[in-house]
Amino acid sequence: MTQDNRLYGPLDDVAGDAGHVGHPPRMGFFTDTSVCIGCKACEVACKEWNLLPDDGFELLGMSLDNTGSLGASSWRHVAFIEQERPIAGQDPGVIGTPTGPSGTGATATSVAEALHGTPGRGSELGTEPVDLPMPSFELPGEGTGAEGRTDFRWLMASDVCKHCTHAGCLDVCPTGALFRTEFGTVVVQQDICNGCGYCVPACPYGVIDRREDDGRAWKCTLCYDRLKGGLEPACAKACPTDSIQFGPLDQLRERAARRVDQLHEVGVPEARLYGEDPHDGVGGTGAMFLLLDEPEVYGLPPDPVVPTRDLPRMWRFAGAAAGALVVAAIGAFAGRRP
Amino acid sequence: MSLRTFVEGWPVYRQLTGTDPLGRGAAAMSVRSAALTPRTEDADRVARSVCPYCAVGCGQKVYVKDEKVVQIEGDPDSPISRGRLCPKGSASKQLVTGPQREQKVLYRAPYATEWTELDLDSAMDMVADRVLDARHKGWQDEDHHGHTVRRTMGIASLGGATLDNEENYLIKKLFTALGAIQIENQARI
Amino acid sequence: MGSNMAEAHPVGFQWVVEAKSRGAKVIHIDPRFTRTSALADAHVPLRAGSDIAFLGGVINYILSNDLAFRDYVVPYTNASFLLSEDFRDTEDLDGLFSGYDPESATYDPASWRYEGAPATPPTAEGSAEQALGDQHGSGGARLEGVSMHPPSDPTLEHPRCVYQVLKRHYARYTPEMVAEVCGTPRDLFLQVCQAWTSASGRERTAALVYSVGWTQHTVGVQYIRSAAIIQLLLGNMGRPGGGILALRGHASIQGSTDIPTLFNLLPGYIPMPASTGNDTFDDYVESVRGEQQKGFWRNANAYIVSLLKEYWGDNATADNDFCYDYLPRISGDHGTYRTALDMIDGRVFGYFLLGQNPGVGSAHGRLQRLGMANLDWLVVRDLAMIESATFWKDSPEVETGEIRPETCRTEVFFFPAASHVEKEGTFTQTQRMLQWREKAVEPRGDQRSDLWFFFHLGRMLRERLAGSDARRDRPLLDLFWDYEVRDGEPSAEHVLRRISGQDVATGKQLSGYMDLKDDGSTLSGCWIYSGVYADGVNQAARRTSRFEQDLYAHEWGWVWPYNRRILYNRASADPAGRPWSERKAIIWWDEEKKEWTGHDVPDFEKDKPPTYEPPQDAVGVAALRGDDPFIMQADGKGWLFVPNGLLDGPMPTHYEPHESPVRNPLYGQQGNPTRTVYGRSDNPSNPGPPEPNAEVFPYVFTTARLTEHHTAGGMSRWLPYLSELQPEMFVEVSPELARERDLQHLGWATLVSSRSAIEARVIVTDRMKPLRVAGRTVHQVWVPYHWGATGLVTGDSANDLLGVALDPNVLIQESKVATCDVRPGRRPRGEELLAYVEDYRRRAGITVETGTRVTTVGPGASIAHIETAPEGQDDEERS
Repeated sequence: MTQDNRLYGPLDDVAGDAGHVGHPPRMGFFTDTSVCIGCKACEVACKEWNLLPDDGFELLGMSLDNTGSLGASSWRHVAFIEQERPIAGQDPGVIGTPTGPSGTGATATSVAEALHGTPGRGSELGTEPVDLPMPSFELPGEGTGAEGRTDFRWLMASDVCKHCTHAGCLDVCPTGALFRTEFGTVVVQQDICNGCGYCVPACPYGVIDRREDDGRAWKCTLCYDRLKGGLEPACAKACPTDSIQFGPLDQLRERAARRVDQLHEVGVPEARLYGEDPHDGVGGTGAMFLLLDEPEVYGLPPDPVVPTRDLPRMWRFAGAAAGALVVAAIGAFAGRRP
Repeated sequence: MSLRTFVEGWPVYRQLTGTDPLGRGAAAMSVRSAALTPRTEDADRVARSVCPYCAVGCGQKVYVKDEKVVQIEGDPDSPISRGRLCPKGSASKQLVTGPQREQKVLYRAPYATEWTELDLDSAMDMVADRVLDARHKGWQDEDHHGHTVRRTMGIASLGGATLDNEENYLIKKLFTALGAIQIENQARI
Repeated sequence: MGSNMAEAHPVGFQWVVEAKSRGAKVIHIDPRFTRTSALADAHVPLRAGSDIAFLGGVINYILSNDLAFRDYVVPYTNASFLLSEDFRDTEDLDGLFSGYDPESATYDPASWRYEGAPATPPTAEGSAEQALGDQHGSGGARLEGVSMHPPSDPTLEHPRCVYQVLKRHYARYTPEMVAEVCGTPRDLFLQVCQAWTSASGRERTAALVYSVGWTQHTVGVQYIRSAAIIQLLLGNMGRPGGGILALRGHASIQGSTDIPTLFNLLPGYIPMPASTGNDTFDDYVESVRGEQQKGFWRNANAYIVSLLKEYWGDNATADNDFCYDYLPRISGDHGTYRTALDMIDGRVFGYFLLGQNPGVGSAHGRLQRLGMANLDWLVVRDLAMIESATFWKDSPEVETGEIRPETCRTEVFFFPAASHVEKEGTFTQTQRMLQWREKAVEPRGDQRSDLWFFFHLGRMLRERLAGSDARRDRPLLDLFWDYEVRDGEPSAEHVLRRISGQDVATGKQLSGYMDLKDDGSTLSGCWIYSGVYADGVNQAARRTSRFEQDLYAHEWGWVWPYNRRILYNRASADPAGRPWSERKAIIWWDEEKKEWTGHDVPDFEKDKPPTYEPPQDAVGVAALRGDDPFIMQADGKGWLFVPNGLLDGPMPTHYEPHESPVRNPLYGQQGNPTRTVYGRSDNPSNPGPPEPNAEVFPYVFTTARLTEHHTAGGMSRWLPYLSELQPEMFVEVSPELARERDLQHLGWATLVSSRSAIEARVIVTDRMKPLRVAGRTVHQVWVPYHWGATGLVTGDSANDLLGVALDPNVLIQESKVATCDVRPGRRPRGEELLAYVEDYRRRAGITVETGTRVTTVGPGASIAHIETAPEGQDDEERS
């Protein structure tokens, strides 16, 4: 293993690579959005366990989503996507109803303009502007040219920190506040974070964010404290339909692959996995998803790349500088010794 | 703390000498992180309860530390819910510990524009007096057809459906003995 | 149908998701495309309030294609029984059944009886108000003369047999008619029929789920009856994977019905005695049960006596008819809406609200609040400071000037309540399971349980009246009230022990209701709960892990009656006692051991063989044949046709809602001809055909719950984590309606009815879709009903739009469908709001008579059922 692929590409043993000896298997999430009922139990269970503050009381008008995005105080976020498209096998009961050409004229404009007028356009993704797609709220009828609505589906998906194999937030953190745990997850240590905010733009998913009141960076810890006690994360435990599954990543990958096959067999060819590929731009994620459309539709970047791909060269300079600092520090303490 | 311990505990030192040369894992773990445990582990006791929202009847475990509820989550043993909870059930701790929970009896006098505080015993006394008064004012031995009814039309009650069976039982029993019949429940609504 | 299970019962929905992953087909039939629809195989839209037309269409499909499961239907239902020659159907009378009296808007059900059966005397005086459906108790209707098999035709060919009557009744409910009435496209409807009927027979079953989307209608009971007919015809009752599952909305709303705080019931669905016909104990008992009927309801006398023994203890003796005379008498409608009107009329002086927020949660909020403003005193017991406690200072009527704190005389007491973790006791969940909650912590400050409050209130009242020799005080003074108390808190466990039942002499806990006696030797507060403390063990507190027991988990909690998980499970086996299929076996007859056995507790006498034929003169339990699975029914059969017990007809019939934009396409009779209306100026109705001016309120609206909130908001709108998920009152409209009314997404809309106008933020969504009904396009809008004036997030209350019109059987309001107008922008404020709504009433020509002409065919078509002047004499003190 070369120094380089510690920051890019497949990596079999993330915890071991981070110096954890005799560590447990890498743990993660598999979120099967095909059974998500959009109840938001994950959002609440997360907040109750992690004692997070509320995130404001704004009606966002993005279907039933009033959370908008992941952020410093919302570590799970359920996106709702309404589309004039079928889910294979589902009859949405549109054919034969006197629905008009809904996607034209005032209505479409109204929905679109109103959405853009909401706080953060319903998609506030960090203190630094990150150009990410919003969860799509397809204008009814757009692009079909149809006289009436021909189909409909309503997708729901619970998003969360991806706990990347190569985590941009972690790689740029100058204080050691962000660290890789023995479970292979990525956690901000609040007793160390100084609120510099470098991590925020470093995340290709726009997950981590700083809290306005204390300035520190916050995100999903995959319930690090619960994991240490042998418990599953709060969101996965609460999830009523087991849309959010927790376990050793290897097992989850197998389960996810089986689920995709199963859905393909019953006629849902659009089912696909996201984040399971170790050859992607972040070396695969610790939180993968079964999606029913392109990632952009859910507000997920189609091709995320860890911004620190080119960091090793830079890091070597930083390492040398730190080494010099150690020498200086020891010298300073030694000099004070009585 | 000796200098040696201090230095060895310093992340940069650990990073340079340990298994984590990039300082992103074991070497970066803070003292707090190393000592972290789920707060449910420290609970003094766990009560087995049932979610108070809808009628599915999900099992809840209520973790108590120092006589305070510190966590409520699903009971995995329940054959009904298998440990899962919806957003409302998941917010149960906020429901029972939040600042919206009133703790004092409040009284609004006729024509008053604000509440005043009242001690519990006085309030109970006042309510008991008023129950007897309203019962008397609304009493009927017979209805207007001359049929015996022996009841009072002066008192009504409307109960929510989060009352326990035992509570409903005493409510109906007491009101029936008082002759009050307009005793209703969310179940009608 | 009538249920949005994924949103309202998310954790229960895991079982639907699991069934779907195992190959079950999930169909959601609902006016709205909801989070439930999103996971279903098909969403089938229909107009709110048209479900009976839809279900009638399914019945017609079954009967006209001969798809009923005959091996089940003939022995287990009343399909083969012949009806009296006097019976006339709605097909003969343009939407009315025989026996209708337009003057009183009630039916005399005498002509609905089986051939040869004597007429069952009416329960009470016979007026609609007197003969509440609930009065028939849990055994269903009392029915005379059916302990013996009525005349029948097992070939189902006789023109007067129930099967043929049913077939004729629904013959016009064709797919085309369903499309006309419901707006459901024909092909989609036929898909439902095919899917449903294919899940029938020995090997396959279908389950149906409903919720308050069905009950909150002027024909709510008949909605559920329609489902019962289908599920019986398809052989889906009493079988695993079958049934009709009512998903109830609150932690112990099932318990609140079983052990009711309801005006017309005593615990265990025993009717409250009425002012007429119940003079003596014997009169009363015989009005509860028939002399010659089958089944366990025949033993109601033992249940009643055991209840009276719990109430009055040693004071209840055979000599004084167990203090029967201590029970107050009801005379008609004393339901919560009647009571609210009586408050406005100044006839009610004191009101207790126990964890209930009618100012937001009941229909016609203004009526509720004006009623509360006209009391002597109001006691509110709740967790948080709900709107019903503060109506005098921040209700919409304070804004309009109708209520002014300085002139509002109501004294208000707010008592903080203990929460579910601060007290112990049982909830009964939606499948009749009692689960005991352990107490986690002590309540703080003045917070107390309702058990504490009522126990001590009772104690104080008894102390105040001690020594009184007034007759009216005897019931209170003679009451058994010696419940165990520890540190001031009465023992819920002691109450439960006495609910479960004890042998009076020995104090030994009873094992179930079959132990109850009518001689005063047993006491039990609620016969159907008898056995919850069997063997001296709190059975409801059992929590054997699901990992350590089988699928039916009999050692988790306790399910009434007798810990049976599936009611009427005798029907899961064929008449000979063999399971219909091995795959769906649950109980069966073991010929060697001569007993019923299986995976569940048999809902049948354990040792009665399938071949058992009762002797000629048998009544009650002894009269049940070995193949009578419906052991609480007076004839042991599942009822396709209801010969007695319903006030609005023996078979479900499509009637338009109280407020509808269209004329009934099926009959001249527009709405339920027996629905309960209160024709008063403070309870106006929007006009509907055949009345003129319905177009002033052109849209159909329906109300519902969101996952993120709970009912009137008392347990959610004060919580940050829930409030942030749904922060504002909104209205969902289709893009088409948005265009028609120029509504902007996230802008404001005002919804107007003849009661009030409310404002809401607009959500334009394809999930709402217009329907073509009776040749025209009907738009539907929906609003959640969680918001009110206080809490972390506030907004106008949807229930303010509604008026009060009720199902006559159960007096539940029609809050799932009404009409309204929708306009862009915010509503007027203050007095202008009153003028705005008044202008609508004027344009619609609304009077107190509007909506009260419940008969629209025949000679009674012009009769308005209005309340004439306050019935002052009704309330004169006669003590």
